[in-house]
Amino acid sequence: MVENRPFLTFIAHAVIILGLLIIVFPIYIAFVASTHATEDIVTTVQPWFGSQMVKNYATVLGSGKETAGGVPVGMMMWNSLIMAVGIVVGKIAISLISAFAIVYFRFPFRMTCFWIIFLTLMLPVEVRILPTYQVVAQLGLLNTYTGLILPLIASATATFLFRQFFLSVPDELAEAARVDGAGPMRFFFTILLPLSRTNIAALSVILFIYGWNQYLWPLLITTETNMTTIVMGIQRMLYVADSIPEWNLTMATAILAMLPPVVVVLVLQRQFVKGLVETEK
Amino acid sequence: MAEVRLVGVHKTYHEEEVIHGVDCHIANGEFLVIVGPSGCGKSTLLRMVAGLETISEGDIHIGERIVNNLEPAERDIAMVFQNYALYPHMTVFNNMAYGLKIRGLAKSEIAARVNKAADILELGEFLKRSPRQLSGGQRQRVAMGRAIVREPSVFLFDEPLSNLDAKLRVQMRLEIKKLQERLGITSIYVTHDQVEAMTLGHRLMVLNGGNVEQLGTPIELYECPASTFVAGFIGSPSMNFLDACIGNDGDSVALPGGENLPLDKSLKGLEAGRPVTLGLRPEHLEHGADGDGVAHLNVDVIEQLGADTIVHGHFGTSSTDLTVRLPGVRYLKPGEMLPLTVKPGHLHLFDPANGTRLDG
Repeated sequence: MVENRPFLTFIAHAVIILGLLIIVFPIYIAFVASTHATEDIVTTVQPWFGSQMVKNYATVLGSGKETAGGVPVGMMMWNSLIMAVGIVVGKIAISLISAFAIVYFRFPFRMTCFWIIFLTLMLPVEVRILPTYQVVAQLGLLNTYTGLILPLIASATATFLFRQFFLSVPDELAEAARVDGAGPMRFFFTILLPLSRTNIAALSVILFIYGWNQYLWPLLITTETNMTTIVMGIQRMLYVADSIPEWNLTMATAILAMLPPVVVVLVLQRQFVKGLVETEK
Repeated sequence: MAEVRLVGVHKTYHEEEVIHGVDCHIANGEFLVIVGPSGCGKSTLLRMVAGLETISEGDIHIGERIVNNLEPAERDIAMVFQNYALYPHMTVFNNMAYGLKIRGLAKSEIAARVNKAADILELGEFLKRSPRQLSGGQRQRVAMGRAIVREPSVFLFDEPLSNLDAKLRVQMRLEIKKLQERLGITSIYVTHDQVEAMTLGHRLMVLNGGNVEQLGTPIELYECPASTFVAGFIGSPSMNFLDACIGNDGDSVALPGGENLPLDKSLKGLEAGRPVTLGLRPEHLEHGADGDGVAHLNVDVIEQLGADTIVHGHFGTSSTDLTVRLPGVRYLKPGEMLPLTVKPGHLHLFDPANGTRLDG
């Protein structure tokens, strides 16, 4: 029996609200700071909104922070967006197909391939950075979107996730499709893919945030300012040699950088919660 | 509509042979039921006909063609699975239309066929629903609808009623029988349930450990089982088997306990004293008046079913439990001696060494 003590419910809510406040507080401060003029926030932390919101955001989006190279934040966000979307699409496409091959086909060295994919879990970007950089440089992919995206799109974790999911799809479904005349690819697109919707939605969220937050790799391979990603951009804004750090603009950039992942989570959340709630049979 | 022929079909998995040569000719429009215990190879055999398993040796003909190397979709078959195997993310209509769309049929033709099948199976109101909104019986009907719309040469059923509750099973059994008679399509049906087998099949194939024990009509299998396996499998409660031997005159069989039962003339001619396995069906043991050719049963347990009374007992000092089915309500007490007679034609004799039927 589930106890229904109002006091415990109150405590539960209080804890959640407290946690929420702790997390939201810095974001609130940042947002508030981004709405003031430079002079107002250089020495104190402002508790309430200022009047410079439109001006600050327009400056930042349009022409960027002067002392950080004057790169428009709008362009940096665009770069980040392309990189993140490319990584999501690439990772999901590749891992779906790999998992499909491993689960539904019998071919020589099948298990060897599986274990090799497993081994790559031990090789994140940081470990393989030198050879990867060399290859990308030799292929002439520095300062390109391809160079930003390509080395990051193989994913062992996503392959495993989809493999586990495909193993849970009853064999009879594949057989029924086979009897109906569906070849492997038609089965993949018309049956497996729709059934994988929830997994794809969940993974997209995780991978988008992963791609959006990439720092080391973009930092290494982009030298031209028009290929800067926003995460790199924020870092640049923090180091100012002689002039006043314009916190209002930096905070504005930070707020803008946070928005797309939040949007992605909100949009896809409905999809995968819906999928979790409906039981598939 | 087509005939199916299995010629010397063998199946081997990793050096182990699981189907040891099956030969069978299924006539056009015939309903063949493959029945047997779990693990006997019946599903494997069905899947070989479907094309979901490869054939290690032998040929399978559907119609005029040898289909050994054809994909399931090319064999002109339709299959109904035990777990229905409906596509969960599609509506009932799309589930039934899937195979037809792949074939490239026109939309109007697809709609016509699906609606016709939905009428036959009374699924009209469910066409827009998805499988998770349907009950077990409805899902099974959708699975059958999916098979019907293909208008195949052969229907294949893989234990389709196993997942339904008892009452629904009886109802669906009749529906399948009526459907098959109405459509007249050659059908192969796999089940472990002998009641389903007896009621549905024109002919039955009893499989045991990959071997065909007997192939015949339900009544042939009931009246003339070829082995103790078939005899024990068909009929419920199952046939009683006793260790006995031929009487001294060769005209009767001697029971443990000393009493003799007269043999039918078709079974005369066996040497006296030969040990045999005697088969007696519970429903064939009748309450008889004392006299010759009567065996006395020591009653142990009585089960009252209302329509019948099941009596458990033993002959003489034998430890073999015997089951007798008497019609109606009978009040008996444990320890009573119940005189039983059997018509000579209802005695079955089997070779104790290998279980095969003995004829005089």
